[in-house]
Amino acid sequence: MNRKADVVVIGGGPAGLAAALQADAAGASVLVLERDKEPGGILQQCIHNGFGLHYFGEELTGPEYAGRFIDRVKQTGIEILTDTMVLEFTADRRVLAVSAEHGLLEIEAGAIVLAMGCRERTRGALSIPGTRPAGVFTAGCAQRLTNMEGYMPGRQVVILGSGDIGLIMARRMTWEGAKVMAVCELMPYSSGLNRNIVQCLVDNDIPLKFNHTVVRIHGRERVEAVTISEVDVKTKRPIPGTEETIPCDTLLLSVGLLPENELSIAAGVEMDSVTSGAVVDEERQTSIPGVFACGNVLHVHDLVDNVSHEAELAGRSAAAFAKHPAPAARAHRVIAEGGVRYAVPQMLSDKAEGKIDLYFRVGDVYRGAALLVKSGERTLLRRKKPIMTPGEMEKVTVDVTGLTDDVHLSIETEG
Amino acid sequence: MTKEMICISCPMGCMLTVVQEADGEVRVTGNTCKRGETYGRQEMTCPMRVVTSLVRLEGGVRPVCSCKTRQPIPKAKIPQALEEIAAQLKRAPLRRGDVVIADVAGTGVDVIATSDIAAR
Ligand SMILES: Cc1cc2nc3c(=O)[nH]c(=O)nc-3n(C[C@H](O)[C@H](O)[C@H](O)COP(=O)(O)OP(=O)(O)OC[C@H]3O[C@@H](n4cnc5c(N)ncnc54)[C@H](O)[C@@H]3O)c2cc1C
Ligand code: SF4
Repeated sequence: MNRKADVVVIGGGPAGLAAALQADAAGASVLVLERDKEPGGILQQCIHNGFGLHYFGEELTGPEYAGRFIDRVKQTGIEILTDTMVLEFTADRRVLAVSAEHGLLEIEAGAIVLAMGCRERTRGALSIPGTRPAGVFTAGCAQRLTNMEGYMPGRQVVILGSGDIGLIMARRMTWEGAKVMAVCELMPYSSGLNRNIVQCLVDNDIPLKFNHTVVRIHGRERVEAVTISEVDVKTKRPIPGTEETIPCDTLLLSVGLLPENELSIAAGVEMDSVTSGAVVDEERQTSIPGVFACGNVLHVHDLVDNVSHEAELAGRSAAAFAKHPAPAARAHRVIAEGGVRYAVPQMLSDKAEGKIDLYFRVGDVYRGAALLVKSGERTLLRRKKPIMTPGEMEKVTVDVTGLTDDVHLSIETEG
Repeated sequence: MTKEMICISCPMGCMLTVVQEADGEVRVTGNTCKRGETYGRQEMTCPMRVVTSLVRLEGGVRPVCSCKTRQPIPKAKIPQALEEIAAQLKRAPLRRGDVVIADVAGTGVDVIATSDIAAR
């Protein structure tokens, strides 16, 4: 079947829905393609609360946050095709998808919004020695089984990685009747929020072992135990003699998220090696004219509120492009250096002016340091921050009117 | 009684020492700002949490529906609240906001559905 739409959104998570709403409000015809049975993305399985404090001014659970956007979409002419997997898109904005109901679909898009979200890193990337029995799950997979399928993945659990998903699952499994023996973290600090460490682990007396990793998985059919070991802080190698074997039937891996960009790479979108997402300008336009990106597929966000704001911008930009396809010329780069790991957007177009939000992450914990934003000799911003940590995305707003040079973000630790 | 705790009111994560005297007076040290004191006092006297969980469902497109306490409840009541939630069996459909349990664990707070689950 062949179709046409002003704006085609790939992915019906919070990013895709917010982008679709803004594109629709700007007068574009909008088609959202979602491979899952229903829209809402990863939020449908995040049943804990802690979403929406910034966007809605109240704390919601994941499904409630998604539900509000789905309700809004239903009041518009936006069409959502679920059970529809995008296989490919091209630089001339043709989208190829396969749907349970409609078979093969080829869609001609005025503009495309990429909103495919993230995937979890898996054990393959970690290569733990030992057998490969049942009972090893990524934390997100266990979350889906527990919260959506009503199936408890295990009774006695060890968790590797102290990212937020691992912490949230430690509490969930405890609350649903399992015993969480320990959370092991390779680093000397957690990338999870303090709030989750306190309310998920401390509240439930679950030990958090820093500088620890899993060195062996035991069991034939099913996990029977794992051996953990302390690691050298510098080399990250296990320290002989510190091993401890913990009986358990389940090992959860919470070792990070990776933007799902196979489609973008195949289409030839320029990628950022730090974010593993596309390189975009201030409108969230990628290196391919008319193709925009937002949400976790662009860079991993910790707060869905930021996802929604970013996606609204991408949705507006996509609708504008569909109406007047004028490719923006890239004028200046936004360069992260000196303690700043990355910044989004990575580019400013020749149309960039006025106040623009820059999102960034730092590579270490900084107390009492300042963020410096410069362009040539001009200081656009110097902002002292009580604390900056790798786990929390930061935002600053700068005025980019009349820039003549690239923009540099760095950390100033003195003065 | 003395408790050590991390303040979670902002990313600074100050380490608080909270002391409760025999006469009930609470003193907080280690905090950088006023919010830390409020947090430490609350955690010492009556820590409150929103509980999120799952209620079993019959005849729905999914076998469970997510739910939460509409307001925070005392932390000490969490085990009883979880037990009462686990004992429930509801019939689909459920809408966000539907009351699953009124007055859970004698807290005066309702447990409400947080997902929309259609009937099969
Ligand atoms: C476990 C977990 C806990 C979290 N906790 C919090 C929290 O407490 N507070 C908070 O604010 N944020 C939290 N977040 C972050 C927040 O949920 C995410 O930032 C947000 O969901 C990202 O939205 P997204 O739309 O970019 O991606 P997703 O929600 O992942 O949506 C992407 C969608 O695209 C679809 N898709 C992908 N590829 C294709 C394709 N080829 N064809 C069709 N469809 C496709 C997927 O099926 C999915 O529905 C959490 C995230 C996780 C994973
Ligand atoms: S005491 Fe103040 S500064 Fe310290 S963590 Fe709490 S809110 Fe933040």
